[in-house]
Amino acid sequence: MEELTHQRIQEKLTEKFGDAILKVEEPYNLLTFTIKRESLLDILRFLYNDQELEFQFLTDITGVHFTAPEEVLGAVYHLHNLPKNIRIRLKAFFPKNDPVIDSATPVFSGANWMERETYDFFGIQFKGHPNLKRILNVDDLGYFPLRKEYALEDSTRTDKDDSLFGR
Amino acid sequence: MLTQPNNTNTQVTDQSELTTLNLGPTHPATHGVFQNILKMDGEKIVDSESTIGYIHRAFEKLAERRPFYQITPLTDRLNYCSAPINNMGWHMTVEKLIGVEVPKRVEYLRVIIMELSRIADHLICNSILGVDSGAYSGFLYVMQQREKIYEIFEEICGARLTTNIGRIGGLERDFTPAAFAKIKTLLDEFPIVWKEMESLFNRNRIFMDRTIGVGAISAERALNYGFTGPNLRAAGVDYDVRVMNPYSSYQDFDFEIPIGTNGDTYDRFMVRSEEVWQSLSIIRQALEKLPAGPYHAEVPDIYLPPKEEVYSNMEALIYHFKIVMGEIEVPKGEIYHSIEGANGELGFYLISDGGRMPYRLHFRRPGFVYYQAYGEMIKGATISDAVMTMSSLNLIAGEMDA
Repeated sequence: MEELTHQRIQEKLTEKFGDAILKVEEPYNLLTFTIKRESLLDILRFLYNDQELEFQFLTDITGVHFTAPEEVLGAVYHLHNLPKNIRIRLKAFFPKNDPVIDSATPVFSGANWMERETYDFFGIQFKGHPNLKRILNVDDLGYFPLRKEYALEDSTRTDKDDSLFGR
Repeated sequence: MLTQPNNTNTQVTDQSELTTLNLGPTHPATHGVFQNILKMDGEKIVDSESTIGYIHRAFEKLAERRPFYQITPLTDRLNYCSAPINNMGWHMTVEKLIGVEVPKRVEYLRVIIMELSRIADHLICNSILGVDSGAYSGFLYVMQQREKIYEIFEEICGARLTTNIGRIGGLERDFTPAAFAKIKTLLDEFPIVWKEMESLFNRNRIFMDRTIGVGAISAERALNYGFTGPNLRAAGVDYDVRVMNPYSSYQDFDFEIPIGTNGDTYDRFMVRSEEVWQSLSIIRQALEKLPAGPYHAEVPDIYLPPKEEVYSNMEALIYHFKIVMGEIEVPKGEIYHSIEGANGELGFYLISDGGRMPYRLHFRRPGFVYYQAYGEMIKGATISDAVMTMSSLNLIAGEMDA
């Protein structure tokens, strides 16, 4: 069996999901794929089941909100192949007004609460999640606090002038 | 505010025989925040729904409005039983982002601080497990030793619990001779106490009956849930970030990764107990091999200068001003860095847009992962087993809230 390198992972994924891979990067030596959201579950299953890839450890799921050049929300997945000690990152972006992506719970039990948390803070809907409800905030909060439009500080305050502090 | 029990998953057909019981949030074992709505069939738990509760640290949101060096105090309040480990994890993440290499002495000193924290954390977890089984004296006995560790932290940085130890680029100051002396005293005295602690519990018939086979999780299920740290190692998987992805010169030290076989409460206790010995060994090695040299990297535009220099040296004043006003150069980038926290893999996912504050910071909390498996682990058990299981998972409420 060939050694599992970034190049090999990229080859295998591109061969199988060519059109679904939108971008490949290696920031700080962590192989990162930006994928189409429709293919997420297929890619996760492939990464999990393939005997060479074996990405069977879900380290983390979280969200991110970019406001420029356009308003998009993203779901970020960190996976780990423990026996070969290689990590990869998957990212899928979607418009803010249509934040829907498949749930990873059919593959990873641990995705359950991670997705609930991401939903709670970003409003990302995970299709197929068994119990998608808020986890760290009250049920009737009414907004998603980690989105960028919700400022941490009260925007009506006048005693702090951000421009004086380089903000 | 409390969620109503969800009956839909209950497998028992005759609903009228089930009792709904709240385990927490006011039960002593549930830290004042965790609530578990149990469906009981007599004394047996048939279903459970867990709620984390509301602490509202808002760590991730706060971090988006603070310059990088001001985030360290926030990390202290995550896993407050081993706050310095969180500090170091954050510093290393930013150093990796900026590309700063710290001197070898700093790495060794950091290892000493982190391993002291690990001992303090394990010591609390194991002794509280004793308390939850009714054995209070062990807890009081080791608490004196935690005080000694806190005194070392106090000597190093001036604080005990929320330590704020260190800086991006190194440590705030070098260890004083008094700090080394206190560490040496601890290394001499603590093993005697820990041996007695072990003799109180390890082969104690009552303790073994209360823990063996209780709250067990298989290696396969633990991995599927994303378990790490002592809870995963108790199930027989030897994953340790210190060995798999060494940081802070951990590759320079000889130590073993203790593993269990059954993934039950007893194994988790034993793994932590053995890890304390390993941590002591690492501290001894670090002290023996401690290199001479500076206690911070030569990066004046990133590392806050010592206060006395700020008052006497013009350059130091300028750098101090620039750093405090958040004008340090941080590259754009996306980074994930993880370290072995006292209760598992502690990860920081950071997106920087080149500004003075993180664009996005997410924290991978091991406790959050464990607690979602809790319902599965206590299914079929009794209330007293559920208490022991929760205790052995080392759930820290502050860490779970993002």
